[in-house]
Amino acid sequence: MKTNWNRITLIAAACAVCVGVFATSANATDWGPYQVDDRRSGYTYMTDESRAMQVDSFQNPGMIWVEQGADLWNETNGKAGKSCASCHGDATESMKGVAARYPVYDEKAKKLQNVETRINTCLEKNMQAEPYKWESKEMLSMTTFINNQSLGMPVDVKIDGAAAEWYEKGKAFYYERRGQLDMACKHCHEDNAGGIIRANTLSQGQANGFPTYRLKWQKVGSLHRRFRGCNKQVRSAPFGNGSDEYLALELYVKWRGRGLPVETPAVRN
Amino acid sequence: MPSLKTLIPAIAASVLLAGTATAGDLVSYKVVDYGIPSSLTGKAGDAAAGEKTFVNRKLGNCLACHQVTKLSAHPFHGEIGPSLDGVAERYEEPQLRLQVVNAKEINPDTIMPAFYRTEGLHRVLKNFKGKPVLTAEQVEDVVAYLKTLK
Repeated sequence: MKTNWNRITLIAAACAVCVGVFATSANATDWGPYQVDDRRSGYTYMTDESRAMQVDSFQNPGMIWVEQGADLWNETNGKAGKSCASCHGDATESMKGVAARYPVYDEKAKKLQNVETRINTCLEKNMQAEPYKWESKEMLSMTTFINNQSLGMPVDVKIDGAAAEWYEKGKAFYYERRGQLDMACKHCHEDNAGGIIRANTLSQGQANGFPTYRLKWQKVGSLHRRFRGCNKQVRSAPFGNGSDEYLALELYVKWRGRGLPVETPAVRN
Repeated sequence: MPSLKTLIPAIAASVLLAGTATAGDLVSYKVVDYGIPSSLTGKAGDAAAGEKTFVNRKLGNCLACHQVTKLSAHPFHGEIGPSLDGVAERYEEPQLRLQVVNAKEINPDTIMPAFYRTEGLHRVLKNFKGKPVLTAEQVEDVVAYLKTLK
């Protein structure tokens, strides 16, 4: 039988067009820096209104905490008679990049430190001041201010060396089912990101925008507060703010969002 | 006819040998062909009560993940689980029952909670410890309601 080459060519061309169409539709939206490979910032799951609110610093309600933090930065506090600025000078220089690389392993403390625990170490040891309470106005202001200095910088956490053990612990947490509803982080944020649960769109649960101004909270909140909320939603006993479990999870989740820009203060539902 | 003395150990053994014996206060049940053939309560559920349990956000909260056209009066149906429109035409009662009781018997990786299970759970919040999401009666009511989705 004679091969009908014309026909085969036509089918091949049609297939190529089909593949082309699918490839284009899968990448319909160009999210710019808010997407790196298959990693998408929570920004990409929000409404246009919320996105506009976030990127305009005059509209972004989280900027109030940035301003409060800037004031605190220069305030003398504690028996040593120092302010943050006494040692760290201009935060726009000295704090730049901190949010992108934290949490980090601290050789002296022999543990992982995130921005909150690092601030309290500084307050207690160097300034001889009272540590800030987690989710207090002071802590939220200082962390929002510090993290905001890395705005737009790609998340780049270290997971080798002494941090490796914490990374593994965080990863195990992420995949472990918990609570009466028996769900792991991955069931919502990996298997069903983009899906709708009740009135909400599930995101990948990225950590690059914290502290985040949540419309539901009407204020900024820490990543560990969000972890606690998630754990309670699946009817699981939450861990404490600043606990080793959440520090490890913070490192792992930050790693999952590697390359995404720091967005503090992000605006989210 | 077997005497009562021989019957009691036989019953005890059959409970132990059941496909999935749940401990605690839960009724034990037997899984056959990816289903639970017998009612957990020994009687049929109440479909009207089941609809209430199905919708209630503190009980079944099924609409969080599943869409049901007949319940469109209730806002915000989730989409991460399959639509349950016509589910009674796709599954028999025993399969519907197991799906509600413990969907992980069918798909171990599913996000769907087991609504009638207390064992093997990790770090359950104090108020919910040792309690299933739904009682045996509520499970049967929900199964009866699902059977109306044709």
